[in-house]
Amino acid sequence: MDRKTVIQVKNLVARYGDDIILDRISFDVYEGEIFAVLGGSGSGKSTLLKNLLGLHRPASGKIFIDGDDISECDEDALQQILRKVGVLYQSAALFGSMTVAENVALPILEYTDLSRESVDHLVKMKLNLVNLDGYQNHLPSEISGGMKKRAGLARAMALNPKILFFDEPSAGLDPVTSAELDQLIIHLNQSLGTTMIIVTHELESIFAVASRVIMLHKSTRGIIADGDPKYLRDQSRNPFVKQFFNRLPADNT
Amino acid sequence: MSNSKDLQSCRYEVSNGDDGAKTLHIQGRMDAATAAETIAGIKSILKPPLPAALTVDLEKVTYLDDFGALVLVELKSLMARQKSRLYLKNADQRVKEILTILKYDTLGEPAELSHKPSPNMFVRLGEAVFGQAADLDFIFSFIGSVCLSLIHACLHPRSLRLDDILSSMKKVGVDALPIVGLISFLLGLIMAFMSSVQLQQFGANIYVASLVSLSMVRELGPIMTAIIVAGRSGSAFAAEIGTMKISDEVDALFTMGFDPTRFLAVPKILASVITVPILTLFSDLFAIMGGLVVGVFMLDLTANAYMAQTLKTLSVFDVFWGFLKAAVFALLIAGVGCLRGFQVRGGAAEVGQATTSAVVSSIFLIILADAVFAVILRYWG
Repeated sequence: MDRKTVIQVKNLVARYGDDIILDRISFDVYEGEIFAVLGGSGSGKSTLLKNLLGLHRPASGKIFIDGDDISECDEDALQQILRKVGVLYQSAALFGSMTVAENVALPILEYTDLSRESVDHLVKMKLNLVNLDGYQNHLPSEISGGMKKRAGLARAMALNPKILFFDEPSAGLDPVTSAELDQLIIHLNQSLGTTMIIVTHELESIFAVASRVIMLHKSTRGIIADGDPKYLRDQSRNPFVKQFFNRLPADNT
Repeated sequence: MSNSKDLQSCRYEVSNGDDGAKTLHIQGRMDAATAAETIAGIKSILKPPLPAALTVDLEKVTYLDDFGALVLVELKSLMARQKSRLYLKNADQRVKEILTILKYDTLGEPAELSHKPSPNMFVRLGEAVFGQAADLDFIFSFIGSVCLSLIHACLHPRSLRLDDILSSMKKVGVDALPIVGLISFLLGLIMAFMSSVQLQQFGANIYVASLVSLSMVRELGPIMTAIIVAGRSGSAFAAEIGTMKISDEVDALFTMGFDPTRFLAVPKILASVITVPILTLFSDLFAIMGGLVVGVFMLDLTANAYMAQTLKTLSVFDVFWGFLKAAVFALLIAGVGCLRGFQVRGGAAEVGQATTSAVVSSIFLIILADAVFAVILRYWG
């Protein structure tokens, strides 16, 4: 394996006050892969995501994004590093007062020197990419949940980031729409080579898209399994991993 | 180092074919980092008159993403404007695939997005009228629903949410007391000072007490208090209900079988109607105290004489009249605040607008209602 590491997490400890949420976890994400972070509710998935995005500083440990340490840099440096990153939030987080096209155009206008007309062309291409052509002038409140996710994805990809984060991409979507979103994720990964990190607990999408997963659990406050999801489903000895992948209730015996 | 720089950059040159056709050779990475420069560069090479056809040779392109495709789209639209054509050649499989996903073939007409044609004057006028009519419709149905809820509350006092009313009373009344007190005290001080300058000329110092007390109790006390409450609480009502509206909490109440007006608006309206008159009373007292300070320290009046003159001036009717005004103002403030909150649709910006509009319209209504009260007093009093 001589694949390049894009994200490296070393002995990360995250805590709120005295509550330790993540205790010394380490993992690497390689360039171009679709990497999923799994775990039940309360296992620290969202905390991990916040740490990776610099929204929450780790109590100790290091996080490298594309070689740059985000655990100890100042605000300006963090902003520079975050340009390489796009995020699709759970509720899409589109700005309600702007049209879909304006939402996508916002980062492009801000961070590139392209002319207004070029930006319009580019926004159109971005929306084509996520199959939203024709919805440029709609407000976020006028489109469906699946469309909002796709518009959010178009905005997250506005500057072609190296790394895309997805927070529960299929939450609140019907099976067909969420399968379409999975397809789109795979498609974008293959055509643009973007590294993707998905935080989720949707089993179907995990098997559909993820090439490698880590699983967090609140008992150890750390990683209890990592590897290929299908392999973990069939071969793992860990009872929780088995329950999770096979959708079984926790045994109370 | 120079090698890695080479990999990051994008270069281009134009060669002339034998039949007058031109070919543009592009090599390197066509991505976000190079797009803006490349577009400007190519446009400066291709000076008019443009050739009838331009072929772009993509053989040596190592990477192309949508920013790279943008370069091609820009060229295409440039050529289309001159009625010329653009051809691509030697694109490898990956580039072709990306261009297909981006629907390259449909792009390149001058982009017409995000610029809705602005409708003409009559259409706008019509839309504004219908918008206002719909607004009016909503206002009337809201007033009706508030009336019904209040009647319901009178008939079934147990259905009132006492905890909500008490906490609203605290927010509207108790928390506002310091600022209302301070402003009224200063207002009384200023009024006494300004009037004393004039009244001293006639040796009528004692009438400063009458002036301060009567104008405060009848007019300024209720108005000042109402304006402060509109700024503090009217805006808060609009923002709270507006935020609940956009996060579907109002719909949740409705589906759980609660009437949103009864649940959200009635406690706020009742709390305001109860507390604002009391606040007004405090405002009057503080203003009289302000006047007293000026009277005692600047006009050589005794505190006793000042208070006696104040009591002589005021009648029970004046105090009652002030109370009545304050109660009506409170009804207007809380009603408008809740109404603006319920009118919110869409997103965060709307909540801000509703808040502003709640304060502006309640202050306007307060002044309007005060004028009506003045007319009533003139003809009945």
